[in-house]
Amino acid sequence: MSLLTTVQLKSYYGDFQALYGIDFRLEPGETVAIIGSNGAGKSTFLKTLVGLLKAPADAVQFEGKPIGSMAPGAIARLGLALVPEGRRLFASLSVEENLLMGAHSRRPGPWNLARVQQLFPILKERRSSPSTALSGGQQQMVAIGRALMSNPKVLLCDELSLGLAPIVIREIYQALPIICGEGVTAVIVEQDVTVARRVSQRLYCFQEGRVSLSANSDSVSKEQISKAYFGV
Amino acid sequence: MSIVDTLIQGVLLGGLYALFALGQALMFGVMRLTNTAHGDFIILSAFAALAVVASGINPFIGGLVVLPLAFAVGYGLQRFPLNGTLGKDPLPSLVVTFGLSIVIQNLLMELFTADPRSIDSMGLNTGSVKLSDSLTIGVMPLLILALALACTMAMQWLFNSTQLGRSFRAVSDDPEVAQLMGLKSSHLYALATAIAFVLVALAGVLQAMRSTVSPTDGPALLLFAFEAVIIGGMGSFWGTFAGAMILGIAQQIGFRLDPGWGIWFGHIVFLTLLLFRPQGLMPKTR
Repeated sequence: MSLLTTVQLKSYYGDFQALYGIDFRLEPGETVAIIGSNGAGKSTFLKTLVGLLKAPADAVQFEGKPIGSMAPGAIARLGLALVPEGRRLFASLSVEENLLMGAHSRRPGPWNLARVQQLFPILKERRSSPSTALSGGQQQMVAIGRALMSNPKVLLCDELSLGLAPIVIREIYQALPIICGEGVTAVIVEQDVTVARRVSQRLYCFQEGRVSLSANSDSVSKEQISKAYFGV
Repeated sequence: MSIVDTLIQGVLLGGLYALFALGQALMFGVMRLTNTAHGDFIILSAFAALAVVASGINPFIGGLVVLPLAFAVGYGLQRFPLNGTLGKDPLPSLVVTFGLSIVIQNLLMELFTADPRSIDSMGLNTGSVKLSDSLTIGVMPLLILALALACTMAMQWLFNSTQLGRSFRAVSDDPEVAQLMGLKSSHLYALATAIAFVLVALAGVLQAMRSTVSPTDGPALLLFAFEAVIIGGMGSFWGTFAGAMILGIAQQIGFRLDPGWGIWFGHIVFLTLLLFRPQGLMPKTR
């Protein structure tokens, strides 16, 4: 049984339709990338999965249970955690307090404060700093750590590399195999196609709210991707 | 000694204003909600305490009885009408709390008439401590100042060092992401208002003990609370405390210059500070 599936998932911002029937599946233990240009619906898709946008109950199934219409807190307790686009740290909380917020409704599992600080040692060193005083890359580590603190089964990462230097992006993506090694299944939304292909086993390309390509990351050709990406 | 006396009286008055303002600072800090009925709730709780004390109970116990009541009222008020008014637009919450202000004033007029009343403080408001030949301090203002300090410290501790405080700050920073962490903003907002209302009730009872209260006193108290919060920088409790001190001292200096100038002088200092430091003394230092 797939861990997470969506069937003809549609999503709306008020009257504006952002997703036009997404069919998606995620198997336990794999890393799946979602690529696509701005406005393709990638972030909307992740927001719908975690319940920030409402969907018909049956359109999203997690371990066979319909979760499309559940509240975000309840979905988090089932084991889905989002690293939101732009990190969205709590500005008036310290680094450590941000991490502890992630453990508010934590599930049992390997991730705790010490384990996250071991993964990103800088977060221990700067644990009392205001989260806003950190560099972009360090803030991204806090955002990932905060999501891990709930011990998710599925980690949804939205644009980890946004606004970061290549060397920092590499450092952050080095943590991904370690995270997945603990049994976490990951969905990576990524604008950088090269990075997306390198870290994932399968990838989906979104275009204007639809899936334009679903393929294995190592066998898909550049031509297939650019066709799906740009629609030409 | 007259300058020292004025400053001391100002600080003592500031203690009272700090108690008026802390609840307002809490509600603004967590929900960005300006409760325009804040002063009326202070008066309402004073009258609630009066009603309890009228049954023959010791005034201090009567005052304590009102505090959990205020907690419950605050929780219910936020959970049901006020949560529905929150959002980017501040107007709905202003309109609803303004309406509550009118309702409370008229209800109190109807039930208690317009006569000023006070709660028997069992001699506390006439007792005094002699500091020197020319300087004595009232026991009641001293008690109010001590309670204001204790409440400010308690609020700062709650916000900085407890899980509830962390949740308050998180939900104030980013309610959507806080929701992802499993926080229930409607419950947290209700708790914040509940705690604010305990502070409001404490202020009301003490106000009725140190002087008198009448049903239409609320708006003036709101104004002092609001000035203290804004001088201090919204959302910081020590800032609010400092703002209340500045307001209290300014009013006392005004009173000293001319008995009719006190309140006016406080407003002038408030406006001057607003002009030169619109963000307040300690914006968001919690």
